[in-house]
Amino acid sequence: MPKVSMTVNSKAVSRDVDPRTLLVQFLREELRLTGTHVGCDTSQCGCCVVHVNGAAIKSCTALALSLDGADVTTIEGLAHEGVLHPMQEAFRENHGLQCGFCTPGMIMSAVDIVNRKGSDLDEATIRHELEGNICRCTGYHNIVKAIADGAQKMGATAHAAAAE
Amino acid sequence: MYAFTYHRPDTARKAANLIGKVEDAKFLAGGMTLLPTMKQRLAAPAGLIDLTTVEELRGVEMKGRNLVIGAMTRHFDVANSALVKEKIPALADLAGMIGDPAVRHRGTIGGSVANNDPAADYPSACLALGATIITNKRKLPADEFFTGLFETALEEGELVTKISFPVPNRAAYEKFRNPASRYAIVGVFVAKKGKEVRVAVTGAGANGVFRAAKYEAALTARFHPKGLDGLTPFPAEGLNSDIHADAEYRAHLITVMTRRAVSKALGK
Ligand SMILES: Cc1cc2nc3c(=O)[nH]c(=O)nc-3n(C[C@H](O)[C@H](O)[C@H](O)COP(=O)(O)OP(=O)(O)OC[C@H]3O[C@@H](n4cnc5c(N)ncnc54)[C@H](O)[C@@H]3O)c2cc1C
Ligand code: FES
Ligand code: FES
Repeated sequence: MPKVSMTVNSKAVSRDVDPRTLLVQFLREELRLTGTHVGCDTSQCGCCVVHVNGAAIKSCTALALSLDGADVTTIEGLAHEGVLHPMQEAFRENHGLQCGFCTPGMIMSAVDIVNRKGSDLDEATIRHELEGNICRCTGYHNIVKAIADGAQKMGATAHAAAAE
Repeated sequence: MYAFTYHRPDTARKAANLIGKVEDAKFLAGGMTLLPTMKQRLAAPAGLIDLTTVEELRGVEMKGRNLVIGAMTRHFDVANSALVKEKIPALADLAGMIGDPAVRHRGTIGGSVANNDPAADYPSACLALGATIITNKRKLPADEFFTGLFETALEEGELVTKISFPVPNRAAYEKFRNPASRYAIVGVFVAKKGKEVRVAVTGAGANGVFRAAKYEAALTARFHPKGLDGLTPFPAEGLNSDIHADAEYRAHLITVMTRRAVSKALGK
């Protein structure tokens, strides 16, 4: 079996894999990082979103082997030393989830939106950018609120870090 | 997904060689179409030639008066390229309307063109702009490239390397999207270069992307949304009917989307 190496949540990992192994299978089954979910087989739901080299992708629709050498961040990589990432905190505060199945993908997409569009996000932008993420529970209202709030918090954190 | 052997060449030449040697192999670009189809076992190639690390297939440049885009350039990079936005903003606009952000981070122009999904966006831009599809073997005008549903003039194992777009005077794309899949129910790309106006329609044709000759003539005479006034309604024959829209509705949308695209191209 061919070997794949990548950095996942700042840790170097290396495994021999069947070429069929999707990134999401690699993360869940090989690395036991089960925060990344699978909600569909049509690449439409976004439960599986992770960051690869800084950009959000659907990990159910990429071969692990294609990402040899890549830098991957999953939902498990966001919190630091027991402190939630500002976007995670915003989902908690704004009741941005019900069953929670879509939440890891929502949060990874949300952080990607802020990385691309900055921290001042209006509702229309958030809804448009969230087109690749489906939630069966919330009706989206609180997710949109959470992302606007989380974006502000991320902006404030970045500001504080820059001022230090 | 059925088992396959995996190959990761780093040049276009090696990729083309490999596809000739590995039995029943396919190129893998962004995987946004091929991998879901393989997961559903609708495709079962025995080998995959992954183009991820073929750097020479990536990038955007001007060559003479043409904007040339490498086959492995991702939708996100076309949508955000300063050069594309300057030379053919309609093309950047189109790329930004494909799927969702995560799809755009992976999907490529070469994969989209080679796949020729009847509801895909890029084929309409290629036809309306009079693009040339460049492969490892030859140069194919868009008018001869898209031959039917998921069918192109590509031969077995032929690699799309670049797509060359002549820069138009004005152009715009308007898309009526399927809200679930975000593919086009009807998409219309309008381009004006010199006196010639070309109108290409995707999502609607039972045989895939096509040019709307009558609308091209009318808009060549008068490049204005009102240029379509007084024409007989767009015929529904030869258009798709499915659960999303019937042929009559698609015919109606072609007129509406064409008018909107012309307005947009005029900066209105
Ligand atoms: C949820 C979702 C929504 C989408 N929405 C849209 C949409 O709104 N509009 C739209 O147009 N598309 C849409 N797509 C499709 C997307 O744009 C794909 O990226 C595209 O159709 C295929 O490109 P790819 O790079 O992923 O190719 P792949 O899936 O890797 O390959 C597709 C086919 O092309 C062949 N191929 C790839 N590259 C080459 C090459 N250089 N030379 C020869 N053959 C090649 C492959 O062998 C394969 O047969 C969507 C996809 C998803 C999953
Ligand atoms: S599991 Fe990846 S998009 Fe649904
Ligand atoms: S919270 Fe249940 S699917 Fe989104």
